[in-house]
Amino acid sequence: MSFPWANEYTPSHPVMKWVDEKLPLPRFVYNAVGAGYPVPRNLNYFWNFGVLAGFCLVLQIVTGVILAMHYAPNALVAFDSTEHIMRDVNWGWMLRYAHANGASAFFVVVYLHIFRGFFFGSYKAPREMIWLLGVVIFLLMMATAFMGYVLPWGQMSFWGAKVITGLFGAIPVIGEPLQIWLLGGYAPDNASLNRFFSLHFLLPFVIAAVVILHIWALHIPGSSNPTGVEVKTESDTVPFHPYYTAKDGFGLGVFLILYCAMLFFLPNALGHPDNYIPANPMSTPAHIVPEWYFWPFYAILRAFTADFLFFPAKLMGVLAMFSAILVWFFLPWLDNSPVRSGHFRPLFRKFFYVLMLDVLVLGYCGGAPAAEPYVMISQIATAYYFLHFLVILPIVSSIEKPEPLPYSITEAVLGSDDKAALKPAS
Amino acid sequence: MAENTGTADMQTVAAEAGDDGVRRRDFINIAAVAAAGVGGIATLVPLISQMAPSADVLAESSTELDISAIQPGQAIKAVFRKQPVFVRNLTTKEIAEADAVPLSELRDPQTLAERTKEGHENWLITMGVCTHLGCVPLGAGEGENRGEFGGYFCPCHGSSYDTAARIRKGPAPKNLEVPPYEFTSDTVVKIG
Repeated sequence: MSFPWANEYTPSHPVMKWVDEKLPLPRFVYNAVGAGYPVPRNLNYFWNFGVLAGFCLVLQIVTGVILAMHYAPNALVAFDSTEHIMRDVNWGWMLRYAHANGASAFFVVVYLHIFRGFFFGSYKAPREMIWLLGVVIFLLMMATAFMGYVLPWGQMSFWGAKVITGLFGAIPVIGEPLQIWLLGGYAPDNASLNRFFSLHFLLPFVIAAVVILHIWALHIPGSSNPTGVEVKTESDTVPFHPYYTAKDGFGLGVFLILYCAMLFFLPNALGHPDNYIPANPMSTPAHIVPEWYFWPFYAILRAFTADFLFFPAKLMGVLAMFSAILVWFFLPWLDNSPVRSGHFRPLFRKFFYVLMLDVLVLGYCGGAPAAEPYVMISQIATAYYFLHFLVILPIVSSIEKPEPLPYSITEAVLGSDDKAALKPAS
Repeated sequence: MAENTGTADMQTVAAEAGDDGVRRRDFINIAAVAAAGVGGIATLVPLISQMAPSADVLAESSTELDISAIQPGQAIKAVFRKQPVFVRNLTTKEIAEADAVPLSELRDPQTLAERTKEGHENWLITMGVCTHLGCVPLGAGEGENRGEFGGYFCPCHGSSYDTAARIRKGPAPKNLEVPPYEFTSDTVVKIG
């Protein structure tokens, strides 16, 4: 597909030949994630997280479709049907915990995947489209996760729905009618629950479709690699299968050990006890927080406590929260450095680690109560977050003197291309 | 053109065009696409409108309350449009406190008189929905934290409201909303 030396799919069995002539689906799979896709030979373990994210999507769809067979999306019985799954349905407890912790696992691997992209410059030409589609997937994931958390109809579900739809109420003029339209009422109720269920079922399949576009766009330039130097010759690559199917298989094993440890020994560690109380529109829990994977963005939302630049504080918080992700769409053009990998960018590397710390600080503040010193810390961290993308990155990419790059991937691995040339592949 | 051969003869096509170069077919094209476009857009109306509150939700949007048992200084939480509404019998001291605040100090300037009905100035009826992100503020129940201005206090993000339920501190942009209501008698209020 991407390189002239890619292995050609040659079916030997007559049935496979017949299928290949009518619908070359096995050929498509072979070229996408089989021996027909040449991949840089030097990928490190940070390149496992794309496959792991794909695995999580499948895990969520499988467990989710099963849960939908037992769950009732009606405000009167939704909470009880969730408890019915937990107590009465065979293996229901495991499937629900697998789905709830699966969402957290999905976000863990996707955040690592995104930060891999930040560090190794995966968003740079010619891979901008892959990055843009990835940001779209992340936005869809956030919407899906939010609506899924509403479905058990506990206190956190209800008040999460109220607060998040309240964000739309901050928009001038149309905000309030828009919020009522989104909810189908004046507060979250049966209408809201039903539509959230419908969309929560639909969006994962939309995500799957965008994932296919994401992989399609990836296969045009081929995978990036830790040196950021493009593939030059056949000796720079190995076939995806068996080399990276094996490596990803090992990564999947490690992932599953950690995931199962959470699932079976700490299934509620990332949840909130308040969500085991049925939704009560008359009483707000003392401490409302979203799920951990929204904490950094929630901290940015809450950082605006006073009117700023003529915008009311509430609207400003909402704009900042959405901008925190929308700014990623401009990343390929904010970072102008021709060098991709952070390994060869000494100044960029330092700021990358500061950004990582900054996001962790935001995450911590987002999960903390809205009181000092957390409010002030979130304000500083929010300011730095935007400073990084809008000011630091463009300046660093123009003043930085990168370290010398290796001539090729092979040289980076073996010291010289000749060594590889003496031993032809297979 | 008596026999339709199925292939467009360039000369015939040119002959069909009027003096201004406009053919009958251009008109049919524009008319057909325009009709299909209007029809397509019209289809969106039911698709969008079905998400707005349904008739039964709208039907529940008025509430009658007997307020005779609420003593001065007390408040109750009632339900209006499936959301809490606070009905508070203000003490003379609380009314004086609210009236003493200069309007220039307020984020959302309103007097207590503007937020109550004439002749019933001691009855403060507001939605129990914080104008920040919709939490239920504390202060209507017995012994709940009323915040540093003696009205209501939202535990979510720390907004404090005064004895006229006006925003005084914290991220909320507006005073607690006063719903439409009327006194049907001295002890009965109809909200909505």
